[in-house]
Amino acid sequence: MNEESLIGLFVAMVSFGALLYLAALGELIAEKAGILNLGVEGMMAIGAVTAFIAGAELNNPWIALLIAMIAGAILATVHGLFTVGLGAEQVVSGLALTILGLGLAAYLGKDYVGRTPGAELVPVDWGALSDLPWVGPILFAQAPLVYIAILFGVTAAFVLGKTRVGLALRAAGESASSADSAGHSVFKVRLAAVAAGGALAGASGAYLTLTLTPQWAEGLTAGRGWIAVALVIFGAWRPGRVGLGALLFGGTLALKTRLQTFGVDFSPIILSMLPYILTLFILVLISIQARKRPSPSPAGLGLAYRREER
Amino acid sequence: MRAVEFKRVFFSVFGGLGLTAAMSVSAADPLKVGFVYTGPVGDHGWTYQHDQGRKGLEQALGDKVKTMYVENVADGADSERVVRNMAQGGYDLIFGTSFGYMNSMASVSRQFPDVTFEHATGYKRSDNLGTYLSGSYEGRYVAGYLAAKMTKSNIVGYVASFPIPEVIRDINAIQLALNKYNPGAVVKVVWISTWFDPGKESDAANVLIDQGADVIFQHTASPAPIQAAQRRGVYSVGYASDMGRFGPDSVITSIEYNWEPFYVHTAQAVLDGEWVSDDYWGGLADDALKMPMSSIVPEAYQNEAQEIIASIKDGSFHPFDGPVLDQKGEIRVPAGVSANKTDLASMDYYVQGIAAEFPQR
Repeated sequence: MNEESLIGLFVAMVSFGALLYLAALGELIAEKAGILNLGVEGMMAIGAVTAFIAGAELNNPWIALLIAMIAGAILATVHGLFTVGLGAEQVVSGLALTILGLGLAAYLGKDYVGRTPGAELVPVDWGALSDLPWVGPILFAQAPLVYIAILFGVTAAFVLGKTRVGLALRAAGESASSADSAGHSVFKVRLAAVAAGGALAGASGAYLTLTLTPQWAEGLTAGRGWIAVALVIFGAWRPGRVGLGALLFGGTLALKTRLQTFGVDFSPIILSMLPYILTLFILVLISIQARKRPSPSPAGLGLAYRREER
Repeated sequence: MRAVEFKRVFFSVFGGLGLTAAMSVSAADPLKVGFVYTGPVGDHGWTYQHDQGRKGLEQALGDKVKTMYVENVADGADSERVVRNMAQGGYDLIFGTSFGYMNSMASVSRQFPDVTFEHATGYKRSDNLGTYLSGSYEGRYVAGYLAAKMTKSNIVGYVASFPIPEVIRDINAIQLALNKYNPGAVVKVVWISTWFDPGKESDAANVLIDQGADVIFQHTASPAPIQAAQRRGVYSVGYASDMGRFGPDSVITSIEYNWEPFYVHTAQAVLDGEWVSDDYWGGLADDALKMPMSSIVPEAYQNEAQEIIASIKDGSFHPFDGPVLDQKGEIRVPAGVSANKTDLASMDYYVQGIAAEFPQR
């Protein structure tokens, strides 16, 4: 194992971590408002394909990113209308959204398979900082979306924790009827949260096609949206912890390809399962502690709110 | 005018996977040829090349054939349904292009003895079921020669999918070329356990580059390793299709499949009633493999590569000419003879020089 390989491991850990963090942060916002959205994988695929198409046609990566976020938000709104508006079963609607998103992405991208990318978001050069040993390549030579992910994370933590908007959002997720009594429109708050979550999942997908693997093909997301869903539970619905979890899970993704070259005899298949095993472990922990202290999951998560049933 | 009537086959989004193509017989009664693809025709790799072959077949035989394809057919039960539907729909010749269709094709071919079946990369054969494969190791050897000349670090990286004989054979062919043209240069291998996952493919290329590799080979379907190599400023070799445009400063050559001659030859044989079940290995000699060279390769190396290609074509040289030694130094192919088809089809050892442990499964 040479130094370069070890640096490469951390570079990939941060890079994959940011990919997972963007999507997980979006899921966290929706779940904080009480809406479980299992459509992350589908929204990521839509974000990935629209970013690639927009990049190829408009040749501007930033507009491509914006379009991907809008597309993700639109798809999420479908889920929002079903679950918030009609009170549909959230698990079923979310799963349908994954299937719809993957199918729609394949359909939209049909003519773009095998095409070279038009626009890419390439790693940022921070000058002297980027040249520092170790920290330079690991922290100061990453792609723009890595820094954007961190920015979104800090913003989400601030808005959720310290602002009236965040309070209304959390209220909608903890007790929709109380939020309603307090004069917040549960419908609007939840719908906005779901759409915002979709935009972040779209950004995560755009990170794939604008930076990590600038190409389009079906199956590009390869199940990474599901890791993001698990990550929200692992991080106990807190933006900071989810961020640390993203680094950890990103690390397992990075380690999976590298372990064999480090001469370690450990199955990469077990490593692939690690994020889910850790999440199950956290779930067990939460259940055990439930008697002593309140569960970190929003109390109204997954529950439809109908005013007349109050 | 040739009949260009495509049958559209749609799968329901929710996994019903019903084959709903209306299959009609035209007056001229052409040979109806069906293709079952594992991926989308636009994957720009494996399936794309097969579909190019199908188009070439239509062009070559015109009115005498009518073709149809079904894409994105999963291995196993789904493939059996699709293949059976084709056979029931009056198709005379059916090509299946994934290793995982093997049992489906074997069972359907027993039920339809009058239909001819050809299965790519498999090994089950019967009176009406043949197999075909690309001898990509020939291309690997030629590209291995170019890698031997172009590498500065003397480390060549290989993004590998699964440790099956086809992949092992290709890795070995590269190391044999390195042993001959740049002794001391080594192949390093990273296994990613998938044929297609651009994220993993590109990451694996980065791992190899971090380890000093400056020529990247791949045995996976997407151009992601090429893009990674281009970004990191090292050379690469495209696979399945000509991937040059994904890495104009990186790709020295591609190992491009060309299935057209085989598809034309097979359809013609069925038309003439002369088809017999066989195990076909297409290589450089019958143009089943093409190697587009990039101008970034110095002319002298290009010429030498062409000479190697010529020697493989005329049979005076075979990449697995003995003596071939394995990693322990044991003789696997003795001097004076060349590895035969059985040896090649069951290869389960690394040749001497490869800087990796043989994967234990």
